[in-house]
Amino acid sequence: MAVCIAVIAKENYPLYIRSVPTQNELKFHYTVHTSLDVVEEKISAVGKSLGDQRELYLGLLYPTEDYKVYGYVTNSKVKFVIVVDSSNTSLRDNEIRSMFRKLHNSFTDVMCNPFHNPGDTIQSKAFDGIVSGMMVQTG
Amino acid sequence: MMAGSQWELPPELCCRPMAFVALTGLDVVYNAVHRAIWDAFCANRRADRVPISFKVLPGDHEYPKCRTKRTSYEWYIPKGILKTGWMNKHLNLVPALVVLFYELDWDDPQWKEKQSECATKVEIVRTSLQGRNTKVAVVLIQKKTPLPPGEDLVASERAAALCNACDLSGKSLFVLPHTDHLVGYIIRLENAFYEHAQTYYYTEIRRVKSHKEFLNKTTHQLLFVRHQFKIAFFSELKQDTQNALKYYRTAYSLVHELRAHETNMLEIKTMAGFINYKICRLCFQHNTPLDAIAQFRKHIDLCKKKIGSAELAFEHAAWMSKQFQSFGELFDEAIKLGLTAIQTQNPGFYYQQAACYSQDRKTLAQQLCQAGASYPSSEPGDTQSGGLDFYGQRPWRQGHQSIDPPDAEKEKTGIVVLQIKERDVPHSELIIALLSNAVAQFKKYKCPRMKSHLMVQMGEEYYHAKDYTKALKLLDYVMCDYRTERWWGLLTAIVSTALRCAYLMASVRDYMIYCMELLGRASTLKEEQKLRIENNLIKVLKNEVPEAEPECDPASVTAARALWNDRMALAGSNEFTIEVQDYIPFIQCKAKFQSPSFHVDQPIQLQVFLRADCPHTVSFNKLSVSLSNQEYNQWCVVESVGQESMSLLPGKTKCYNFSFVAKTEDVGKKIEMTGIELMLGNDGGGRCVFVGWRGAGGDAASTHEALLASRSSRRCGRAVEARQELDWDSLSMQPSTMIISRVPKISVQLSHQPPALNNEMYCISLTIQSQEGGVARDVKLTAGLKPGQDANLGQTTHVTLDCSKVCDDTAPALLPDVPLGDLNPGQELERCVYVKCVSTGPRVFLFHVAYSIDTSVEGRQIVCKCHKDETVTIETVVPFEVSVKFVSTKFEPLERVAVDIPFLLMTDILSSSPWPLLLASSSLQLLTMTTNTAQLQSQLQEVVLQTDECASECFCLRCPPLTNSSTTVATGQYLISWRRKSSSADSPLIQTAVALPHVILESVPLYIHADLPSFGRVRESLSVRYHIENRTALVQEVEMAVEPSDAFMFSGLKQVRLRILPGSEQQMLYNYYPLMAGYQTLPQLNISLPRCLTTNTHTLRRFLPQRIFVKPQGRQLDDASIAAA
Repeated sequence: MAVCIAVIAKENYPLYIRSVPTQNELKFHYTVHTSLDVVEEKISAVGKSLGDQRELYLGLLYPTEDYKVYGYVTNSKVKFVIVVDSSNTSLRDNEIRSMFRKLHNSFTDVMCNPFHNPGDTIQSKAFDGIVSGMMVQTG
Repeated sequence: MMAGSQWELPPELCCRPMAFVALTGLDVVYNAVHRAIWDAFCANRRADRVPISFKVLPGDHEYPKCRTKRTSYEWYIPKGILKTGWMNKHLNLVPALVVLFYELDWDDPQWKEKQSECATKVEIVRTSLQGRNTKVAVVLIQKKTPLPPGEDLVASERAAALCNACDLSGKSLFVLPHTDHLVGYIIRLENAFYEHAQTYYYTEIRRVKSHKEFLNKTTHQLLFVRHQFKIAFFSELKQDTQNALKYYRTAYSLVHELRAHETNMLEIKTMAGFINYKICRLCFQHNTPLDAIAQFRKHIDLCKKKIGSAELAFEHAAWMSKQFQSFGELFDEAIKLGLTAIQTQNPGFYYQQAACYSQDRKTLAQQLCQAGASYPSSEPGDTQSGGLDFYGQRPWRQGHQSIDPPDAEKEKTGIVVLQIKERDVPHSELIIALLSNAVAQFKKYKCPRMKSHLMVQMGEEYYHAKDYTKALKLLDYVMCDYRTERWWGLLTAIVSTALRCAYLMASVRDYMIYCMELLGRASTLKEEQKLRIENNLIKVLKNEVPEAEPECDPASVTAARALWNDRMALAGSNEFTIEVQDYIPFIQCKAKFQSPSFHVDQPIQLQVFLRADCPHTVSFNKLSVSLSNQEYNQWCVVESVGQESMSLLPGKTKCYNFSFVAKTEDVGKKIEMTGIELMLGNDGGGRCVFVGWRGAGGDAASTHEALLASRSSRRCGRAVEARQELDWDSLSMQPSTMIISRVPKISVQLSHQPPALNNEMYCISLTIQSQEGGVARDVKLTAGLKPGQDANLGQTTHVTLDCSKVCDDTAPALLPDVPLGDLNPGQELERCVYVKCVSTGPRVFLFHVAYSIDTSVEGRQIVCKCHKDETVTIETVVPFEVSVKFVSTKFEPLERVAVDIPFLLMTDILSSSPWPLLLASSSLQLLTMTTNTAQLQSQLQEVVLQTDECASECFCLRCPPLTNSSTTVATGQYLISWRRKSSSADSPLIQTAVALPHVILESVPLYIHADLPSFGRVRESLSVRYHIENRTALVQEVEMAVEPSDAFMFSGLKQVRLRILPGSEQQMLYNYYPLMAGYQTLPQLNISLPRCLTTNTHTLRRFLPQRIFVKPQGRQLDDASIAAA
């Protein structure tokens, strides 16, 4: 289960970011922000070869001592980032993929809301619920 | 001892092990030959030379004593894993080979004595190396070049003797002739030495391996590790890196099999670290970086949890940090040697992790090492960590391998001493050094965000180290990255740290900037934080000391207060100008000109919108806008009156309007806002801050907000309309405006009859009527071809006001500034402009009427220049087409014209003008031709041609015989004078000249023509005289015959043969008697020239009339004829 989930806009500013409350929130912000370096590099590397036939799931972006950071980029260049505790070895790649897919679906629902301005931060109970379901349950 | 050096890897571990060879018997100080030999050994040791480390030692050097060999390990309990001196001993102290240099020629006169001296020297070395396997070799330095082997019998005999005396094998005796090729000899020598060294290390490996059978697994676990390490190390010395790696790997797994407990944890980790370092180093050397990384990961995973004593937890962090750092350095070194790293796997990550552990170390040290603790009064001498026997042991209990410490009291003291030492370690310095290493790497591998993050950490570390200037410099540098990326949470955290720095160093300016940003809309601080910060900002503006930031160290706060008080006392520098454009300040500003352009007679209006995002009301004393023309600045200032200052309510938009009158000189110019300034403070001796925006305001975030606003308003446009309040985000800026001239109140009308005809004086009549209220003065007209069209048009268009004559080529294409005087209100003025277009096609003509008028704007009198432009496109067409043809007198088309025989020139003028044309006259200008008739009046005089009508003329011409031989002749010109029918009678006529085509001349030998009445009458005689002219210089014989005809009877010679003299003429008379009425073919005349066969009947016949009209008999005449009959 994730310890931090973030949605990043095309222009690389955060649309949504939530982490487990017990730990230093700022640290996760930095982790997600620095992971964008890798995301950008991967996107640009793909862009050069096969135009639109791109896999949305970027896989493991980079491992740190404590966390594993996974990335996913939609076709409109919105990025999803999931941070998982390194000690959590039971999580398979497939599960991460399905988490991203769920996140993407829920994000699409948010975008379909006529009262939501694209580019604004996400404030949706449904989306919150989906994210909460994927986060490590504390307490 | 340098701080933290306890964790440095020993240099003997990090170097590349090379075979150690000692050279003795060389006097490198006083003997030049020996010096040269030594230099040849140690200079230029490039990669292609064998890896040996040479050392010059005196002949009687004492080598380390060899301990007596243990025969049984049965009662032996090892005291540690690896002795601290062991690696150094084998690298630098115990040679693999000792070489004795000795000057001795084969034919030395004192051979015997020298031989025994040499043997003695060898013996001394051997004694010193008692018990070791070190080889001894002798090198004889000789002055003479040796003969080829086998030829010098003395030499081989004496060599054998010397070997015998010194107890050397033949392979260990070398000769070094001191000649020109020293380096070559030296290289051969060192290769031989290298072989000896290899053998030595091989035997050493065998020796260590042989111990294994005596060991048992219960008591000798440490020895298993030690022996594997030694074998690996000897293999490295032997340059057998593959096997070295294998043995190190075995040693590594053995070290983790050791029973670990709190007392030996450090020793195990130290050795594991050493072995890991060796393995990684060799993997990189073998170009298998993935193996190195895998080994390192395994190492970290195995050791991460081996913290050891909780009281010394910082030691574990320090050790971990060192592991990462040294791996990073190995990685970096491998890259320098050609390895390629990638974004997600580069040395930066290891440096970063090393920094991370150093931070942990600092935190742990702060927790564990109480500031109050002092050195224990009775510090036992053996707690000093200087001379350890074994790597990784505690100085106060060396050699102890029991689970519990032997002396609990000593243990306690030792730990306290270590804690106290840790307290003095400059942690921040270490962390910053590691971070800056990492920054350099991430910069190289395209990780800008990671770089920024590390720089923030560096800044924070500088803050902790109380180096606020450096901290601010770093934080300020990265702030803008986070600002442009719009990560407000991170930005707020960084700015908060920066604010603390600014507070602690009492930097007023920085303090205010950060306060402003933290109060702004990008700040994620809570409301009460913002309130506190705003109160502080107000205090600073009033020149008071602000409250301390929370989370500041109390001691520093006291120091900072003192600094602030000093600042307060300093009066002079209380004015600050702060450019906030690149920040996200707490006051937002946007300004706009009401319109992108203003007429000069309108007041220019601009609005400045201000909005405060902070929790309290902000008051300010002055707002001013600077414009590109500074003369207007005075109109764009608003200042508080007296004690009443202006204020901005939180979250509300306030608008300030300014208006001013532009100067007439600025017509056509752009006025730009160059800056907006808001003055805060300075009521009652406080500080005074000018908050400035460049251009028309906005800040680091406003562009993006405007973009979002435009997206959302597109969708819910109606909602915005409904809302009365101004939407701040969708408020757009208009930083510049154009001043344009006053709208002219004047009408300019053109009347003309298009299209224009080629070359005519085309009249365009211009009517200017003033609708102004006052007198329009200095009316000027510029008329003509509009500039900017095809350049050729300028040369083929001529404009004039003079209609009395056709203008010539000197007339310009554009008539500039024709003065027309003043124009009273309502007055009308008419002018005609004449245009002559030499070529056809469309042209754009410009009529520009300019004038000046007095007017007043907001009570100010100004003189405005106005102008009105009219353009018209006029097509020019050809007025008529002229076609010309030559025909014979019989109106038959002529291809050639015969010399001196009359012919006709027919001209047709076909009007293509839509307007009627008046042809005034026409005339011919002939060159070689002459008219056959006297000069007559033009047949076209005063003819009016409507569209598509044609006017024709006919001229009878004759071509005189030519003197030269050319066959084509220029005819001349046809001149037509014409004008439009509609133009006034006194308008000038246009002369159009049409060049007539050339004719091809031919000369005929015989010319025949007939005198014939124009008609005949039935039964009435009709006489025809044929003239036959000989045009040649020869006598011509002519045969003539008249063929009978049904229509005529005739009298005269029916067939005749005659001669005509050159240039003379013969006449033949016939009387024809017509029998039938109507057009009748005359009897055919057949003529042939027997002497001139080119001319036949046909060519001659064309000169003759073919037919004649025969009238029927008249009545009266009828009677007369009867009477005649």
